[in-house]
Amino acid sequence: MIAAAHSEFVLPGVRCAGCIAKIEGGLRDTPGVIEARVNFSAKRVAIDHDATIDVVALKDALAAIGFAAEPIKLASTQPDDREGRELVRAIGVAGFAAMNVMLLSVAIWSGAEGATRQLFHWLSAMIAMPAVAYAGRPFFRSAWGALRHGRTNMDVPISIGVLLATAISLFETIVGGRHAYFDGAVSLLFFLLAGRLLDNAMRNRARDGAAALLRQTAPGGTVLHPDGTSAWLAAEAIEPGMQLQVAMGERLAADGVVELGASSMDMAIITGESWPEPIAEGSRVVAGALNVDAPIIVRVTAAGPDTSISRMARLMEAAGQGRSHYVRLADRAARYYAPAVHLLAALSFAGWMIAGAGWHESLLIAVTVLIITCPCALGLAVPVAQVVAAGALMRRGVLVKDGSALERLAEADCARFDKTGTLTVGRPEPVGEWVLADAEAPLALALARASRHPLSAALVRTLEGKGVQAADVADLLEIPGLGVEATWQGKWVRLGRPEWVGVTGHDRLATAFALEGAPPRLLEFADRLRPDAAAAIRRMERDGFDVAIISGDRGEAVAPVARELGLLALVGMTPEAKLAAVERLEQAGRKVLMVGDGLNDGPALAAGHVSIAPASASDVGQTAADILFLGDSLMPVPIAVSAARRTLRVVRQNFALAIGYNVLAVPLAIAGYVTPLVAAVAMSSSSIIVIANALRLRRCAR
Amino acid sequence: MNGLAFLIPVALLLGLGGLGAFFWSLRAGQLEDLDGAALRILIDDETETQKK
Repeated sequence: MIAAAHSEFVLPGVRCAGCIAKIEGGLRDTPGVIEARVNFSAKRVAIDHDATIDVVALKDALAAIGFAAEPIKLASTQPDDREGRELVRAIGVAGFAAMNVMLLSVAIWSGAEGATRQLFHWLSAMIAMPAVAYAGRPFFRSAWGALRHGRTNMDVPISIGVLLATAISLFETIVGGRHAYFDGAVSLLFFLLAGRLLDNAMRNRARDGAAALLRQTAPGGTVLHPDGTSAWLAAEAIEPGMQLQVAMGERLAADGVVELGASSMDMAIITGESWPEPIAEGSRVVAGALNVDAPIIVRVTAAGPDTSISRMARLMEAAGQGRSHYVRLADRAARYYAPAVHLLAALSFAGWMIAGAGWHESLLIAVTVLIITCPCALGLAVPVAQVVAAGALMRRGVLVKDGSALERLAEADCARFDKTGTLTVGRPEPVGEWVLADAEAPLALALARASRHPLSAALVRTLEGKGVQAADVADLLEIPGLGVEATWQGKWVRLGRPEWVGVTGHDRLATAFALEGAPPRLLEFADRLRPDAAAAIRRMERDGFDVAIISGDRGEAVAPVARELGLLALVGMTPEAKLAAVERLEQAGRKVLMVGDGLNDGPALAAGHVSIAPASASDVGQTAADILFLGDSLMPVPIAVSAARRTLRVVRQNFALAIGYNVLAVPLAIAGYVTPLVAAVAMSSSSIIVIANALRLRRCAR
Repeated sequence: MNGLAFLIPVALLLGLGGLGAFFWSLRAGQLEDLDGAALRILIDDETETQKK
């Protein structure tokens, strides 16, 4: 019997029913795979397989079917899921109880008397009490947690209101009183759970979206053993002193020194610099870098938690501490709201006692005050507004990862942008005069296709965009570190390093092309600005932002961008310097919006009051940022800002509506006119008004 | 009143049945992949039946 194993992969490329059928069918035909099931919503595939087939083989099998897949660690997704499930179960119970108790209550309101009323009250109690005990747990737990630490949050008045309402209703039922508020207690829970569930769903959905975009740097690498054998080891198992064989197009799994071979490395993930750096024997290389040109052998100097990428992660974790202390708007409101409400209830109890109403009636009135002021509309106001706004933003390609991100974004007054990959597209594109002759373009395309170098890829994109068809060339050969060579109609053609092709004396990012007998052509590349970067920056400035660039690049590289956008720039910033710059601003009382993508921006992204990253960012950037945007345009940043500010306005309106309703209803409650019927009608209508107001945000992302 | 003695338990049991079905669907993973379920109906599984 072979041990069964379970693996899951992220599949960003799944788009249609055909993809699902192709993946599931293809995997079932792969030897060793027992069962495969695609989850379309989460863009994942779960595979049950034998121990004979490992993660790498499964990834290759998926690649053979035509889908890029990345393995995911299973443990990381579980806890959030559990919270959501508990909420769904609680809402199911609360919904069931609310419906049935409401039915019985309608009979009581319409004038059931005597034994019938008594029976209905008892039935309501039987349904409501277990339901409150079960469905109220998320609130009770949170309220208890807050009280134990001497704080108060929205859940404290909710819990007290619901528990007191249930207790007093039970007492009324036992003594055969006229009014029982079981219906109020359970429908309150139902409404509030709906708000809580929306909040939770928004966070989870955005997190799933981010996970689907997340590309793991390198889960492992091929280790050469001293005895000449080689084996694939997971990143955690790699140790200093081992020899790593790094193929072309592979990411390094550990820091090290090159022992054999020459190549160039795309270090964009570390430095944010798009130009591949040439490396030779003795060069230091870091985990996460992409080997571009030729296979090399690397002696590992630091692995696992000691790599520079892990060091950066720790720096980010420390920088992100401040943000976890952020108190959400609803909880800030509850700080004032909860004591006020409890004081009011206590006062009305005392007032009626003094007026000589007897403790029974006084207590009943105090409880109706609590029920009527229970922050039902408040509990819904914030999540509904945020979910609607986040949905609108998602349609515009902006993923909000964190529930409080929109609140924090609305407060930001100062923006810092990284350059490479943030203000610019982050990939080289041909610039300058077009030098290739018509006859040469098809040859250049044929050669460029044979290489995985980023400049070749850029050239392929451009040529294909121009509708060029690749020529038929023979003897295609890639010479590591230099370029690609082939023969065409008896002549040689070359595409590669300018010096190798025969061009000297240039200092920019370039490649060269030459056909035997014709002069060599120099093709210059540059990382261009995002198409509407200038318009987006202007809009940010109109919105009152103080905008500047903080870049890790050299001054000469940043200057043209800064000039074109009319921005001040800090250059040559290390990750630590970026972090320090953001922290200085924060200490000066500014609320910093950090926009960046690279590993070097990670700590600054985590330290900013709020942070945005493009979806093309390194995983570090994506993890650290609160909000991600898709596509080449920079416009989503100011759009997200406007949407966040509108959301904050609607949330404030909702607070005003909820409080206004209380101002109307509380005097009635204090005067003792609030029956269960009045409470039920008032509560539902205020919730509906708040939801309707929040729905106006559906078109806020403009 | 006799009608009530009969109808109230029926109503409650039906409600509980619905709640039970909802819990079952949660545990059985029926709500895990809502978008995928809408698409799976389009998958042409003729090839698989032919294989069997």
